[in-house]
Amino acid sequence: MTTVELLWNGLAAFLTLCIFSFLYKDNPFYKFAEQLVAGVALGYWTMLLYHTTFTDKVLIPIFQQGKLHYILPTIMGIMMWTRFSKKLAYLSRIAIAFYIGVGTGVALPLYMYNYVFRQLQATVVPLQFSWLGLNSLLMVSFVTCTLFYFFFSKEHKGTFGGLSKVGIYTLMAGFGASFGLTVMGRVALLVQRIIFLREYFIALFGS
Amino acid sequence: MKRFFDRLILIDRRVIFLFISLSVIVPLLVKVELPLEVTPEVRRVYELVESLPDGSRILIPCEYAPDVMAEMEPMLYAILRQCYRKNLKVIVTALYPTGVNLIEKELRYMADQMGKKYAEDYVYLGYRPYPAAVILSMGQDFRQSFAVDFYGTPLDSLPMMKGVKNYKDVGLVLTVNATGGTEYWIIYGRERYNFPLAIGVTAVMGADYYNYLKTGQIVGIIPGLKGAAEYEKLIDQPGEAVRGMNIQSIVHLLIVIFVLVGNVGFFLSGQYKKKK
Repeated sequence: MTTVELLWNGLAAFLTLCIFSFLYKDNPFYKFAEQLVAGVALGYWTMLLYHTTFTDKVLIPIFQQGKLHYILPTIMGIMMWTRFSKKLAYLSRIAIAFYIGVGTGVALPLYMYNYVFRQLQATVVPLQFSWLGLNSLLMVSFVTCTLFYFFFSKEHKGTFGGLSKVGIYTLMAGFGASFGLTVMGRVALLVQRIIFLREYFIALFGS
Repeated sequence: MKRFFDRLILIDRRVIFLFISLSVIVPLLVKVELPLEVTPEVRRVYELVESLPDGSRILIPCEYAPDVMAEMEPMLYAILRQCYRKNLKVIVTALYPTGVNLIEKELRYMADQMGKKYAEDYVYLGYRPYPAAVILSMGQDFRQSFAVDFYGTPLDSLPMMKGVKNYKDVGLVLTVNATGGTEYWIIYGRERYNFPLAIGVTAVMGADYYNYLKTGQIVGIIPGLKGAAEYEKLIDQPGEAVRGMNIQSIVHLLIVIFVLVGNVGFFLSGQYKKKK
């Protein structure tokens, strides 16, 4: 590790320890590191968006390439900012309406197809007398029970109540799987940080 | 005895943190190797990359920031190693702003390791805002969103990009993704332009994307550090992910013990009866 790398990694190690110090209790070191992350991220985003959006999509096309039709979306972009003025706020609605209209038009058919039709297609499959078939049968049953749970026009009592209870357990199993994976993800981050600290201190003091 | 169980469920959380830290640090000092099974969904991604003819192109959209580097970096490295070994030409985009420089650094590192050259073996297109719009436009022509690469060089000046127009010219799209942009690649990319798509996501996201395997919208999934470790095993080059998974398994075991202790403590202490 070069001296420069050692210095930068030293800063990273210090900030990592600052963040970890919160595990004991809240303290000024933690607050400093937290605010530094927020500030750096904000500055980074702002500059990156300025260069990739305002420069690339407004300044260069209009003033260097002479693509004057880019003025129209630029005006609509400026209209978005008028919401900060009480007098001109109505103008922002035009731009937002346009944005939502285009977004909905593009997204709606694709989302319906992907979230509803394709999922239904994959859930209800022809019955087979095999383990795979049993798996599919269980899946259809659990999906149906979960849908029962979200049906609120009938009181959840008797057979209907029983089925909706199975629906709750199905949801719990799903949340359990998600939670397990979340724990796994968070532990992975911890492991990587500890490995980083170990390697840094080995580089600093020798093995 | 009851007092003992009462105490058990009132253990200070800092004691738990201490045990978790020790369960990470101790296996680092003592070499631990635990068995690791490769799951079919990860194997499918590996096999698909392996089935691509030598010299063909692969698009790897990388969308993640340093906060999830621990999971995504080993995954990207393992994928790149396999691609470079097969002499695949790698095209990389980064549609998430805070990861742009990190991904560039990782690409340079892996190219140096594998002796690969920029513009001949890999190309980095960098960042453009609004992922959905970029994904849609890339289906027409990559140049619509990326007239120049990350370094400002026009795409047509890069030898590797000659003759590459859109998704039809890449053998596979394999997104290494820690953002909601994964869905955009499925919905706006795969469904609209019908290219083979595989995904590598964080463990947290994993459960949400398994349903796309059943629908056939993705050919495989590499979930989190475990997926990355499996991939390292498949390419026969155990690295950071395998090392991390060995430690992680021990931490998981400890968490399970804590959950059991907490529950036993709860049921055998006065708390359960009080709640009842």
